[in-house]
Amino acid sequence: MTSIISVQNLRKTYGKIIAVADISFEVAQGEIFGFLGPNGAGKTTTVECLQALRDPDSGKISVIGLDPLRQAQELRRRIGSQLQESALPDRIKVWEALDLFASVTDKISDWHPLLEQWGLAEKRKSSFAALSGGQKQRLFIALSLVNNPEVVFLDEMTTGLDPAARRVAWDLIRAVRDRGTTVVLVTHFMDEAENLCDRVAIVDKGKIVASDSPQGLIASYATGVRVLFSTDKPDLAFLEKVSGVKNVTRRGDRVEVEGSGPLLALVAAALVEHDIVPPDLRVEQPSLEDVFLKVTGRAVVD
Amino acid sequence: MRTLTKLTWVEIKLFIREPMVVVFTLALPIIFLFVMGGVFGNTPNPEVYRGVGAMNYYMPSYYGLVMMAIGTVALPLHLAGYRERGILRRLRASSFSIWTVLGSQLLVSAIIAILGSLLVTVLGLATYSPDLPENIPQLIGAFFLGVACFTSFGFFLGAVLPSTRAAQGIGLILFFVMMILGGAGPPPEVMSNVMGFIGDITPLRYVILTLQNAWLPGPDFDWYTSASLVTAGITVVSALLAARFFRWE
Ligand SMILES: Nc1ncnc2c1ncn2[C@@H]1O[C@H](COP(=O)(O)OP(=O)(O)OP(=O)(O)O)[C@@H](O)[C@H]1O
Ligand SMILES: [Mg+2]
Repeated sequence: MTSIISVQNLRKTYGKIIAVADISFEVAQGEIFGFLGPNGAGKTTTVECLQALRDPDSGKISVIGLDPLRQAQELRRRIGSQLQESALPDRIKVWEALDLFASVTDKISDWHPLLEQWGLAEKRKSSFAALSGGQKQRLFIALSLVNNPEVVFLDEMTTGLDPAARRVAWDLIRAVRDRGTTVVLVTHFMDEAENLCDRVAIVDKGKIVASDSPQGLIASYATGVRVLFSTDKPDLAFLEKVSGVKNVTRRGDRVEVEGSGPLLALVAAALVEHDIVPPDLRVEQPSLEDVFLKVTGRAVVD
Repeated sequence: MRTLTKLTWVEIKLFIREPMVVVFTLALPIIFLFVMGGVFGNTPNPEVYRGVGAMNYYMPSYYGLVMMAIGTVALPLHLAGYRERGILRRLRASSFSIWTVLGSQLLVSAIIAILGSLLVTVLGLATYSPDLPENIPQLIGAFFLGVACFTSFGFFLGAVLPSTRAAQGIGLILFFVMMILGGAGPPPEVMSNVMGFIGDITPLRYVILTLQNAWLPGPDFDWYTSASLVTAGITVVSALLAARFFRWE
Protein backbone atom coordinates (compact mmCIF):
# COMPACT_ATOMS: atom_id res chain seq x y z
CA MET A 1 0.00 0.00 0.00
CA THR A 2 1.39 3.37 -0.99
CA SER A 3 0.45 6.53 0.86
CA ILE A 4 -1.39 9.10 -1.22
CA ILE A 5 -1.57 11.52 1.69
CA SER A 6 1.15 11.94 4.25
CA VAL A 7 1.06 14.47 7.07
CA GLN A 8 3.78 14.99 9.64
CA ASN A 9 3.51 17.17 12.71
CA LEU A 10 0.90 19.51 11.30
CA ARG A 11 0.28 22.54 13.48
CA LYS A 12 -2.03 25.51 12.96
CA THR A 13 -2.94 28.29 15.37
CA TYR A 14 -5.22 31.29 15.15
CA GLY A 15 -3.67 33.82 17.50
CA LYS A 16 -3.83 32.15 20.87
CA ILE A 17 -6.22 29.40 19.76
CA ILE A 18 -4.44 26.18 18.90
CA ALA A 19 -6.70 24.68 16.26
CA VAL A 20 -4.33 21.86 15.35
CA ALA A 21 -1.63 21.05 17.89
CA ASP A 22 0.31 18.21 16.33
CA ILE A 23 -1.22 15.83 13.83
CA SER A 24 0.49 13.13 11.76
CA PHE A 25 -1.15 10.45 9.65
CA GLU A 26 -1.00 8.61 6.36
CA VAL A 27 -3.81 7.67 4.00
CA ALA A 28 -3.40 4.85 1.51
CA GLN A 29 -4.48 5.02 -2.10
CA GLY A 30 -8.10 3.91 -2.43
CA GLU A 31 -8.89 4.17 1.25
CA ILE A 32 -11.89 5.82 2.90
CA PHE A 33 -10.32 7.63 5.83
CA GLY A 34 -12.50 9.30 8.43
CA PHE A 35 -12.02 12.01 11.02
CA LEU A 36 -14.24 11.91 14.07
CA GLY A 37 -14.07 14.41 16.89
CA PRO A 38 -15.98 16.88 19.02
CA ASN A 39 -16.80 20.41 17.84
CA GLY A 40 -13.73 22.58 17.58
CA ALA A 41 -11.35 19.62 17.65
CA GLY A 42 -9.52 20.86 14.55
CA LYS A 43 -10.92 18.51 11.90
CA THR A 44 -11.93 21.17 9.41
CA THR A 45 -8.68 23.05 9.93
CA THR A 46 -6.71 19.88 9.26
CA VAL A 47 -8.48 18.93 6.04
CA GLU A 48 -8.43 22.52 4.80
CA CYS A 49 -4.66 22.63 5.26
CA LEU A 50 -4.53 19.51 3.11
CA GLN A 51 -6.63 21.23 0.44
CA ALA A 52 -4.33 24.26 0.32
CA LEU A 53 -7.06 26.46 1.75
CA ARG A 54 -5.17 27.32 4.92
CA ASP A 55 -1.47 27.69 5.49
CA PRO A 56 -0.20 25.60 8.39
CA ASP A 57 2.20 27.09 10.93
CA SER A 58 4.45 24.08 10.64
CA GLY A 59 4.49 20.47 9.55
CA LYS A 60 4.96 18.56 6.34
CA ILE A 61 2.04 17.74 4.06
CA SER A 62 2.06 15.76 0.86
CA VAL A 63 -1.14 15.07 -1.07
CA ILE A 64 -0.88 13.08 -4.32
CA GLY A 65 2.80 13.89 -4.18
CA LEU A 66 2.16 17.64 -4.12
CA ASP A 67 2.99 20.24 -1.50
CA PRO A 68 -0.09 22.37 -0.73
CA LEU A 69 2.12 25.38 -0.04
CA ARG A 70 4.08 25.35 -3.28
CA GLN A 71 1.78 23.53 -5.71
CA ALA A 72 -1.57 24.77 -4.50
CA GLN A 73 -3.22 25.32 -7.87
CA GLU A 74 -2.30 21.96 -9.33
CA LEU A 75 -3.36 20.27 -6.11
CA ARG A 76 -6.74 22.01 -6.05
CA ARG A 77 -7.31 21.07 -9.66
CA ARG A 78 -6.74 17.37 -8.99
CA ILE A 79 -8.65 16.98 -5.73
CA GLY A 80 -12.30 17.39 -4.90
CA SER A 81 -13.60 19.55 -2.05
CA GLN A 82 -16.85 19.64 -0.23
CA LEU A 83 -16.40 22.36 2.37
CA GLN A 84 -18.19 22.47 5.69
CA GLU A 85 -19.30 25.99 4.87
CA SER A 86 -19.64 27.51 1.44
CA ALA A 87 -22.18 28.85 -0.99
CA LEU A 88 -22.87 29.51 -4.64
CA PRO A 89 -24.42 32.58 -6.23
CA ASP A 90 -28.16 32.63 -5.50
CA ARG A 91 -29.17 32.77 -9.12
CA ILE A 92 -26.85 30.16 -10.59
CA LYS A 93 -28.68 27.11 -11.90
CA VAL A 94 -27.75 23.61 -10.82
CA TRP A 95 -26.60 22.55 -14.28
CA GLU A 96 -24.62 25.77 -14.73
CA ALA A 97 -22.72 25.14 -11.52
CA LEU A 98 -21.84 21.59 -12.54
CA ASP A 99 -20.84 22.67 -16.02
CA LEU A 100 -18.70 25.49 -14.63
CA PHE A 101 -16.89 23.39 -12.04
CA ALA A 102 -16.32 20.60 -14.55
CA SER A 103 -14.33 23.03 -16.68
CA VAL A 104 -11.37 23.13 -14.29
CA THR A 105 -10.12 19.72 -15.33
CA ASP A 106 -8.56 18.70 -18.62
CA LYS A 107 -9.90 15.20 -18.12
CA ILE A 108 -13.06 14.27 -19.92
CA SER A 109 -15.74 14.94 -17.39
CA ASP A 110 -19.41 14.37 -18.00
CA TRP A 111 -21.48 15.85 -15.23
CA HIS A 112 -24.84 14.51 -16.38
CA PRO A 113 -24.59 11.19 -14.49
CA LEU A 114 -23.91 13.14 -11.29
CA LEU A 115 -27.26 14.89 -11.64
CA GLU A 116 -29.02 11.53 -11.65
CA GLN A 117 -26.89 9.92 -8.97
CA TRP A 118 -27.30 12.75 -6.49
CA GLY A 119 -31.01 13.16 -7.11
CA LEU A 120 -30.73 16.54 -8.77
CA ALA A 121 -32.06 15.70 -12.22
CA GLU A 122 -35.43 17.29 -11.52
CA LYS A 123 -33.73 20.34 -10.10
CA ARG A 124 -31.23 20.88 -12.87
CA LYS A 125 -32.81 24.17 -13.90
CA SER A 126 -33.51 25.41 -10.37
CA SER A 127 -31.45 28.24 -9.03
CA PHE A 128 -29.19 27.57 -6.06
CA ALA A 129 -31.27 29.75 -3.72
CA ALA A 130 -34.38 27.72 -4.49
CA LEU A 131 -32.85 24.41 -3.37
CA SER A 132 -33.60 22.87 0.01
CA GLY A 133 -30.77 22.44 2.49
CA GLY A 134 -30.29 18.80 1.64
CA GLN A 135 -30.39 19.50 -2.09
CA LYS A 136 -27.73 22.17 -1.72
CA GLN A 137 -25.63 19.70 0.20
CA ARG A 138 -26.03 17.08 -2.54
CA LEU A 139 -25.06 19.65 -5.14
CA PHE A 140 -21.89 20.42 -3.21
CA ILE A 141 -21.02 16.74 -3.03
CA ALA A 142 -21.65 16.43 -6.76
CA LEU A 143 -19.43 19.46 -7.38
CA SER A 144 -16.64 17.87 -5.35
CA LEU A 145 -16.72 14.88 -7.69
CA VAL A 146 -17.25 16.65 -10.99
CA ASN A 147 -13.55 16.92 -11.85
CA ASN A 148 -12.92 13.19 -11.34
CA PRO A 149 -10.63 13.91 -8.39
CA GLU A 150 -7.83 11.63 -7.26
CA VAL A 151 -8.65 12.44 -3.64
CA VAL A 152 -11.92 13.88 -2.43
CA PHE A 153 -12.35 15.70 0.88
CA LEU A 154 -15.84 15.62 2.33
CA ASP A 155 -16.39 17.77 5.42
CA GLU A 156 -19.66 16.72 7.07
CA MET A 157 -20.97 15.31 3.85
CA THR A 158 -24.29 13.97 5.12
CA THR A 159 -25.22 16.83 7.44
CA GLY A 160 -28.70 17.91 6.42
CA LEU A 161 -29.47 14.77 4.42
CA ASP A 162 -32.51 12.67 5.27
CA PRO A 163 -31.84 9.05 6.35
CA ALA A 164 -32.59 7.61 2.91
CA ALA A 165 -30.36 10.15 1.19
CA ARG A 166 -27.57 9.35 3.65
CA ARG A 167 -27.65 5.67 2.73
CA VAL A 168 -27.60 6.56 -0.93
CA ALA A 169 -24.69 8.92 -0.30
CA TRP A 170 -22.74 6.15 1.41
CA ASP A 171 -23.30 3.79 -1.51
CA LEU A 172 -22.27 6.44 -3.98
CA ILE A 173 -19.11 7.27 -2.05
CA ARG A 174 -18.22 3.58 -1.90
CA ALA A 175 -18.69 3.44 -5.67
CA VAL A 176 -16.44 6.49 -6.09
CA ARG A 177 -13.79 4.73 -4.04
CA ASP A 178 -14.19 1.55 -6.07
CA ARG A 179 -13.30 3.58 -9.15
CA GLY A 180 -10.02 4.47 -7.47
CA THR A 181 -10.63 7.78 -5.71
CA THR A 182 -9.29 8.12 -2.18
CA VAL A 183 -11.82 9.58 0.23
CA VAL A 184 -11.13 11.70 3.32
CA LEU A 185 -14.24 12.21 5.35
CA VAL A 186 -15.04 14.37 8.37
CA THR A 187 -18.13 13.31 10.23
CA HIS A 188 -20.04 13.51 13.48
CA PHE A 189 -22.07 10.41 12.75
CA MET A 190 -20.79 7.25 14.38
CA ASP A 191 -22.79 5.01 12.08
CA GLU A 192 -21.32 6.80 9.07
CA ALA A 193 -17.77 6.28 10.31
CA GLU A 194 -18.48 2.68 11.25
CA ASN A 195 -20.18 1.83 7.96
CA LEU A 196 -18.15 3.76 5.50
CA CYS A 197 -14.60 4.20 6.74
CA ASP A 198 -11.76 1.76 6.34
CA ARG A 199 -9.89 3.66 9.00
CA VAL A 200 -10.91 6.32 11.47
CA ALA A 201 -8.85 8.88 13.34
CA ILE A 202 -10.43 10.34 16.44
CA VAL A 203 -9.31 13.94 16.91
CA ASP A 204 -9.54 15.86 20.15
CA LYS A 205 -8.05 19.24 21.02
CA GLY A 206 -5.95 19.33 17.90
CA LYS A 207 -4.45 15.86 18.24
CA ILE A 208 -5.23 12.39 17.00
CA VAL A 209 -6.04 10.43 20.13
CA ALA A 210 -6.80 7.10 18.45
CA SER A 211 -6.60 5.74 14.94
CA ASP A 212 -7.45 2.33 13.48
CA SER A 213 -10.20 0.53 11.61
CA PRO A 214 -13.58 0.94 13.32
CA GLN A 215 -13.48 -2.71 14.41
CA GLY A 216 -9.90 -2.31 15.63
CA LEU A 217 -10.82 0.73 17.67
CA ILE A 218 -13.77 -1.04 19.23
CA ALA A 219 -11.68 -4.10 20.01
CA SER A 220 -8.96 -2.12 21.72
CA TYR A 221 -10.94 0.58 23.50
CA ALA A 222 -14.42 -0.71 24.17
CA THR A 223 -14.29 -4.24 25.45
CA GLY A 224 -17.28 -4.06 27.75
CA VAL A 225 -20.80 -5.19 27.09
CA ARG A 226 -23.83 -3.41 28.56
CA VAL A 227 -27.10 -4.93 29.64
CA LEU A 228 -30.00 -2.55 30.04
CA PHE A 229 -33.46 -2.95 31.54
CA SER A 230 -36.00 -1.21 33.79
CA THR A 231 -37.46 -2.30 37.08
CA ASP A 232 -39.03 -0.67 40.10
CA LYS A 233 -37.57 -3.22 42.54
CA PRO A 234 -35.22 -1.28 44.81
CA ASP A 235 -32.71 -3.94 45.77
CA LEU A 236 -30.39 -5.02 42.99
CA ALA A 237 -27.28 -5.68 45.05
CA PHE A 238 -27.32 -9.33 43.98
CA LEU A 239 -26.32 -8.26 40.48
CA GLU A 240 -22.88 -7.20 41.68
CA LYS A 241 -22.14 -10.86 42.49
CA VAL A 242 -22.99 -12.16 39.01
CA SER A 243 -19.84 -13.33 37.28
CA GLY A 244 -18.49 -10.82 34.76
CA VAL A 245 -20.35 -7.79 36.15
CA LYS A 246 -18.14 -4.76 36.74
CA ASN A 247 -20.56 -2.00 37.46
CA VAL A 248 -24.26 -1.43 38.04
CA THR A 249 -25.72 2.04 37.65
CA ARG A 250 -29.29 3.08 38.17
CA ARG A 251 -31.23 6.16 37.10
CA GLY A 252 -34.78 6.00 38.35
CA ASP A 253 -36.17 2.74 36.99
CA ARG A 254 -33.52 2.33 34.36
CA VAL A 255 -30.63 0.05 35.15
CA GLU A 256 -27.38 -0.38 33.28
CA VAL A 257 -25.08 -3.31 33.96
CA GLU A 258 -21.57 -3.12 32.56
CA GLY A 259 -19.28 -6.07 32.30
CA SER A 260 -17.82 -8.66 30.00
CA GLY A 261 -18.34 -12.24 28.90
CA PRO A 262 -21.79 -13.81 28.44
CA LEU A 263 -23.33 -11.00 30.44
CA LEU A 264 -26.87 -11.08 29.10
CA ALA A 265 -27.53 -14.73 29.91
CA LEU A 266 -26.06 -14.51 33.39
CA VAL A 267 -27.84 -11.29 34.29
CA ALA A 268 -31.11 -12.62 32.90
CA ALA A 269 -30.83 -15.79 34.96
CA ALA A 270 -30.09 -13.81 38.13
CA LEU A 271 -33.04 -11.50 37.52
CA VAL A 272 -35.48 -14.36 36.96
CA GLU A 273 -34.21 -16.01 40.12
CA HIS A 274 -35.22 -12.84 41.99
CA ASP A 275 -38.60 -12.67 40.31
CA ILE A 276 -37.67 -9.75 38.14
CA VAL A 277 -38.74 -10.20 34.51
CA PRO A 278 -38.21 -6.86 32.77
CA PRO A 279 -39.90 -6.75 29.36
CA ASP A 280 -37.22 -4.49 27.93
CA LEU A 281 -34.10 -6.49 28.80
CA ARG A 282 -31.50 -6.00 26.07
CA VAL A 283 -27.79 -6.06 25.45
CA GLU A 284 -25.65 -3.40 23.82
CA GLN A 285 -22.46 -4.44 22.11
CA PRO A 286 -19.63 -1.92 22.26
CA SER A 287 -19.71 0.58 19.42
CA LEU A 288 -17.58 3.32 17.99
CA GLU A 289 -19.53 5.74 20.11
CA ASP A 290 -18.16 4.07 23.25
CA VAL A 291 -14.68 4.42 21.86
CA PHE A 292 -15.33 8.05 21.05
CA LEU A 293 -16.62 8.83 24.51
CA LYS A 294 -13.80 6.95 26.12
CA VAL A 295 -10.90 8.49 24.23
CA THR A 296 -12.26 12.02 24.13
CA GLY A 297 -13.16 11.81 27.81
CA ARG A 298 -16.66 13.17 27.26
CA ALA A 299 -19.15 12.09 29.90
CA VAL A 300 -21.98 9.85 28.80
CA VAL A 301 -25.06 12.00 28.65
CA ASP A 302 -28.43 10.33 28.60
CA MET B 1 -8.86 29.55 -20.84
CA ARG B 2 -11.89 27.26 -20.98
CA THR B 3 -12.53 28.03 -17.33
CA LEU B 4 -12.33 31.77 -18.02
CA THR B 5 -14.82 31.54 -20.90
CA LYS B 6 -17.22 29.40 -18.87
CA LEU B 7 -17.02 31.63 -15.82
CA THR B 8 -17.48 34.76 -17.93
CA TRP B 9 -20.55 33.33 -19.59
CA VAL B 10 -22.07 32.28 -16.26
CA GLU B 11 -21.28 35.69 -14.80
CA ILE B 12 -22.98 37.48 -17.69
CA LYS B 13 -26.11 35.43 -17.06
CA LEU B 14 -25.90 36.16 -13.34
CA PHE B 15 -25.48 39.87 -14.08
CA ILE B 16 -28.60 39.94 -16.21
CA ARG B 17 -30.51 38.06 -13.48
CA GLU B 18 -29.66 40.67 -10.82
CA PRO B 19 -32.36 43.36 -11.13
CA MET B 20 -30.72 46.03 -8.97
CA VAL B 21 -27.52 45.92 -10.98
CA VAL B 22 -29.36 45.96 -14.28
CA VAL B 23 -31.33 49.02 -13.18
CA PHE B 24 -28.21 50.95 -12.26
CA THR B 25 -26.07 50.00 -15.21
CA LEU B 26 -28.52 49.73 -18.08
CA ALA B 27 -31.80 51.40 -17.14
CA LEU B 28 -30.74 54.57 -15.30
CA PRO B 29 -28.52 55.95 -18.08
CA ILE B 30 -31.38 55.55 -20.51
CA ILE B 31 -33.85 57.23 -18.18
CA PHE B 32 -31.42 60.15 -17.84
CA LEU B 33 -30.96 60.23 -21.58
CA PHE B 34 -34.67 60.78 -22.09
CA VAL B 35 -35.10 63.25 -19.22
CA MET B 36 -32.10 65.41 -20.16
CA GLY B 37 -32.75 65.11 -23.87
CA GLY B 38 -36.38 66.07 -23.36
CA VAL B 39 -35.46 69.11 -21.25
CA PHE B 40 -32.36 70.43 -22.99
CA GLY B 41 -32.46 69.10 -26.54
CA ASN B 42 -29.32 69.66 -28.56
CA THR B 43 -29.13 73.40 -29.29
CA PRO B 44 -25.69 74.71 -28.33
CA ASN B 45 -25.40 77.42 -25.71
CA PRO B 46 -21.94 78.95 -25.27
CA GLU B 47 -22.45 79.32 -21.50
CA VAL B 48 -22.89 75.64 -20.61
CA TYR B 49 -22.02 72.12 -21.70
CA ARG B 50 -18.56 73.12 -22.85
CA GLY B 51 -20.28 75.23 -25.53
CA VAL B 52 -21.82 72.25 -27.34
CA GLY B 53 -25.37 70.97 -27.56
CA ALA B 54 -26.65 69.20 -24.47
CA MET B 55 -27.06 65.88 -26.20
CA ASN B 56 -23.65 66.08 -27.80
CA TYR B 57 -22.38 66.57 -24.27
CA TYR B 58 -24.42 63.84 -22.67
CA MET B 59 -24.03 60.97 -25.13
CA PRO B 60 -20.39 60.31 -24.21
CA SER B 61 -21.21 61.18 -20.59
CA TYR B 62 -23.70 58.36 -20.43
CA TYR B 63 -21.10 55.93 -21.72
CA GLY B 64 -19.15 57.02 -18.67
CA LEU B 65 -22.23 56.65 -16.49
CA VAL B 66 -22.67 53.01 -17.52
CA MET B 67 -19.03 52.27 -16.70
CA MET B 68 -19.25 54.14 -13.43
CA ALA B 69 -22.34 52.18 -12.36
CA ILE B 70 -20.40 48.98 -13.00
CA GLY B 71 -17.45 50.21 -10.94
CA THR B 72 -19.35 51.61 -7.98
CA VAL B 73 -22.45 49.42 -7.75
CA ALA B 74 -22.12 46.17 -9.68
CA LEU B 75 -18.55 45.07 -9.03
CA PRO B 76 -18.16 46.02 -5.34
CA LEU B 77 -21.49 44.43 -4.47
CA HIS B 78 -20.62 41.34 -6.43
CA LEU B 79 -17.14 40.83 -5.01
CA ALA B 80 -18.01 41.70 -1.41
CA GLY B 81 -21.04 39.43 -1.60
CA TYR B 82 -18.99 36.58 -3.06
CA ARG B 83 -16.45 36.94 -0.30
CA GLU B 84 -18.97 37.31 2.51
CA ARG B 85 -20.97 34.28 1.45
CA GLY B 86 -18.02 31.99 0.89
CA ILE B 87 -18.44 31.81 -2.87
CA LEU B 88 -14.89 33.00 -3.47
CA ARG B 89 -13.66 30.29 -1.14
CA ARG B 90 -15.69 27.72 -3.00
CA LEU B 91 -14.24 28.87 -6.33
CA ARG B 92 -10.73 28.89 -4.96
CA ALA B 93 -11.06 25.36 -3.59
CA SER B 94 -11.83 24.23 -7.13
CA SER B 95 -8.68 25.90 -8.46
CA PHE B 96 -10.25 29.02 -9.93
CA SER B 97 -7.38 31.50 -9.85
CA ILE B 98 -7.59 35.18 -8.98
CA TRP B 99 -6.88 35.89 -12.67
CA THR B 100 -9.84 33.80 -13.74
CA VAL B 101 -12.17 35.35 -11.18
CA LEU B 102 -11.15 38.96 -11.84
CA GLY B 103 -10.56 38.36 -15.54
CA SER B 104 -14.12 37.15 -15.95
CA GLN B 105 -15.36 40.26 -14.14
CA LEU B 106 -13.29 42.46 -16.43
CA LEU B 107 -14.78 40.77 -19.47
CA VAL B 108 -18.30 41.00 -18.09
CA SER B 109 -17.75 44.69 -17.31
CA ALA B 110 -16.57 45.35 -20.84
CA ILE B 111 -19.46 43.45 -22.36
CA ILE B 112 -22.06 45.18 -20.20
CA ALA B 113 -20.48 48.57 -20.87
CA ILE B 114 -20.60 47.91 -24.61
CA LEU B 115 -24.20 46.79 -24.34
CA GLY B 116 -25.22 49.80 -22.24
CA SER B 117 -23.39 52.22 -24.50
CA LEU B 118 -24.94 50.72 -27.61
CA LEU B 119 -28.36 51.15 -26.04
CA VAL B 120 -27.56 54.78 -25.23
CA THR B 121 -26.25 55.33 -28.76
CA VAL B 122 -29.18 53.78 -30.56
CA LEU B 123 -31.86 55.41 -28.42
CA GLY B 124 -30.05 58.76 -28.33
CA LEU B 125 -29.52 58.91 -32.09
CA ALA B 126 -33.10 57.88 -32.72
CA THR B 127 -34.61 60.61 -30.54
CA TYR B 128 -32.49 63.74 -30.03
CA SER B 129 -30.23 63.73 -33.08
CA PRO B 130 -26.85 64.39 -31.52
CA ASP B 131 -23.84 64.62 -33.84
CA LEU B 132 -22.11 61.39 -34.65
CA PRO B 133 -18.77 60.81 -32.94
CA GLU B 134 -16.01 62.57 -34.82
CA ASN B 135 -13.12 60.27 -34.17
CA ILE B 136 -14.18 56.63 -33.83
CA PRO B 137 -10.72 55.16 -33.08
CA GLN B 138 -10.21 57.73 -30.35
CA LEU B 139 -13.66 57.02 -28.98
CA ILE B 140 -12.90 53.31 -28.85
CA GLY B 141 -9.62 54.04 -27.08
CA ALA B 142 -11.33 56.36 -24.60
CA PHE B 143 -14.06 53.78 -24.11
CA PHE B 144 -11.75 50.95 -23.15
CA LEU B 145 -9.65 53.24 -21.01
CA GLY B 146 -12.82 54.16 -19.13
CA VAL B 147 -13.84 50.53 -18.78
CA ALA B 148 -10.40 49.64 -17.46
CA CYS B 149 -10.54 52.56 -15.03
CA PHE B 150 -13.89 51.70 -13.50
CA THR B 151 -13.33 47.95 -13.49
CA SER B 152 -10.12 48.53 -11.63
CA PHE B 153 -11.88 50.98 -9.30
CA GLY B 154 -14.62 48.38 -8.71
CA PHE B 155 -12.00 45.73 -7.91
CA PHE B 156 -10.48 48.14 -5.42
CA LEU B 157 -13.82 48.82 -3.71
CA GLY B 158 -14.69 45.13 -3.79
CA ALA B 159 -11.37 44.30 -2.17
CA VAL B 160 -11.51 46.84 0.67
CA LEU B 161 -15.22 46.99 1.48
CA PRO B 162 -15.76 44.35 4.15
CA SER B 163 -19.37 43.38 3.56
CA THR B 164 -22.29 43.50 1.16
CA ARG B 165 -23.90 46.17 3.30
CA ALA B 166 -20.82 48.35 3.19
CA ALA B 167 -20.55 47.83 -0.55
CA GLN B 168 -24.17 48.76 -1.03
CA GLY B 169 -23.97 51.89 1.13
CA ILE B 170 -20.68 53.26 -0.05
CA GLY B 171 -21.21 52.15 -3.64
CA LEU B 172 -24.53 53.99 -3.89
CA ILE B 173 -23.15 57.16 -2.33
CA LEU B 174 -20.23 57.15 -4.74
CA PHE B 175 -22.60 56.47 -7.61
CA PHE B 176 -24.83 59.45 -6.90
CA VAL B 177 -22.03 61.85 -6.03
CA MET B 178 -20.15 60.98 -9.20
CA MET B 179 -23.24 60.99 -11.35
CA ILE B 180 -24.38 64.42 -10.22
CA LEU B 181 -21.05 66.16 -9.80
CA GLY B 182 -18.74 64.17 -12.05
CA GLY B 183 -20.15 65.28 -15.37
CA ALA B 184 -23.23 63.17 -16.07
CA GLY B 185 -25.62 65.51 -14.22
CA PRO B 186 -26.06 69.28 -14.45
CA PRO B 187 -23.49 71.11 -16.59
CA PRO B 188 -20.26 71.71 -14.64
CA GLU B 189 -20.43 75.44 -15.51
CA VAL B 190 -23.43 76.01 -13.22
CA MET B 191 -21.95 74.33 -10.15
CA SER B 192 -20.60 76.13 -7.10
CA ASN B 193 -16.88 75.99 -6.44
CA VAL B 194 -17.23 73.24 -3.84
CA MET B 195 -19.39 71.13 -6.11
CA GLY B 196 -16.99 71.73 -8.95
CA PHE B 197 -14.08 70.71 -6.77
CA ILE B 198 -15.75 67.48 -5.68
CA GLY B 199 -16.58 66.79 -9.30
CA ASP B 200 -12.93 67.31 -10.17
CA ILE B 201 -11.76 64.65 -7.74
CA THR B 202 -14.09 61.96 -9.07
CA PRO B 203 -12.72 59.50 -11.62
CA LEU B 204 -15.87 59.96 -13.67
CA ARG B 205 -14.87 63.54 -14.57
CA TYR B 206 -11.75 62.37 -16.39
CA VAL B 207 -13.36 59.37 -18.02
CA ILE B 208 -16.11 61.63 -19.39
CA LEU B 209 -13.73 64.37 -20.55
CA THR B 210 -11.66 61.81 -22.45
CA LEU B 211 -14.79 60.32 -24.04
CA GLN B 212 -16.25 63.74 -24.91
CA ASN B 213 -13.10 64.99 -26.56
CA ALA B 214 -12.99 61.91 -28.72
CA TRP B 215 -16.62 62.31 -29.66
CA LEU B 216 -16.88 66.08 -30.21
CA PRO B 217 -15.68 67.75 -33.42
CA GLY B 218 -13.37 70.73 -33.79
CA PRO B 219 -9.93 71.86 -32.66
CA ASP B 220 -11.16 72.50 -29.08
CA PHE B 221 -11.75 68.79 -28.62
CA ASP B 222 -8.57 66.98 -29.49
CA TRP B 223 -7.55 63.87 -27.59
CA TYR B 224 -7.56 65.00 -23.96
CA THR B 225 -4.07 63.96 -22.95
CA SER B 226 -4.12 65.12 -19.35
CA ALA B 227 -7.58 63.70 -18.62
CA SER B 228 -6.63 60.38 -20.19
CA LEU B 229 -3.44 60.27 -18.15
CA VAL B 230 -5.37 60.91 -14.95
CA THR B 231 -7.76 58.10 -15.95
CA ALA B 232 -4.85 55.78 -16.61
CA GLY B 233 -3.32 56.75 -13.27
CA ILE B 234 -6.53 55.96 -11.39
CA THR B 235 -6.66 52.63 -13.21
CA VAL B 236 -3.15 51.66 -12.17
CA VAL B 237 -3.43 52.82 -8.56
CA SER B 238 -6.82 51.09 -8.09
CA ALA B 239 -5.46 47.89 -9.59
CA LEU B 240 -2.44 47.92 -7.31
CA LEU B 241 -4.57 48.58 -4.25
CA ALA B 242 -7.01 45.88 -5.30
CA ALA B 243 -4.17 43.38 -5.68
CA ARG B 244 -2.78 44.44 -2.33
CA PHE B 245 -6.06 44.10 -0.41
CA PHE B 246 -7.80 41.29 -2.24
CA ARG B 247 -8.94 38.54 0.14
CA TRP B 248 -10.56 35.23 -0.69
CA GLU B 249 -12.34 35.08 2.66
N1 LIG C 1 -10.76 31.35 10.82
C1 LIG C 1 -10.62 31.11 12.13
N2 LIG C 1 -10.22 32.07 12.98
C2 LIG C 1 -10.06 31.84 14.29
N3 LIG C 1 -10.28 30.66 14.87
C3 LIG C 1 -10.68 29.65 14.11
C4 LIG C 1 -10.87 29.81 12.69
N4 LIG C 1 -11.26 28.63 12.18
C5 LIG C 1 -11.32 27.77 13.22
N5 LIG C 1 -10.96 28.37 14.37
C6 LIG C 1 -10.87 27.74 15.69
O1 LIG C 1 -10.06 26.60 15.58
C7 LIG C 1 -10.58 25.51 16.32
C8 LIG C 1 -10.77 24.31 15.42
O2 LIG C 1 -11.77 24.60 14.47
P1 LIG C 1 -12.23 23.57 13.37
O3 LIG C 1 -13.18 24.28 12.48
O4 LIG C 1 -11.04 22.97 12.74
O5 LIG C 1 -12.98 22.48 14.23
P2 LIG C 1 -13.81 21.20 13.77
O6 LIG C 1 -13.16 20.02 14.39
O7 LIG C 1 -13.98 21.17 12.31
O8 LIG C 1 -15.19 21.47 14.50
P3 LIG C 1 -16.70 21.18 14.03
O9 LIG C 1 -16.96 19.75 14.36
O10 LIG C 1 -17.50 22.07 14.90
O11 LIG C 1 -16.80 21.49 12.59
C9 LIG C 1 -11.86 26.02 16.96
O12 LIG C 1 -11.57 26.36 18.29
C10 LIG C 1 -12.21 27.25 16.18
O13 LIG C 1 -12.83 28.19 17.00
MG1 LIG D 1 -15.55 21.29 11.09
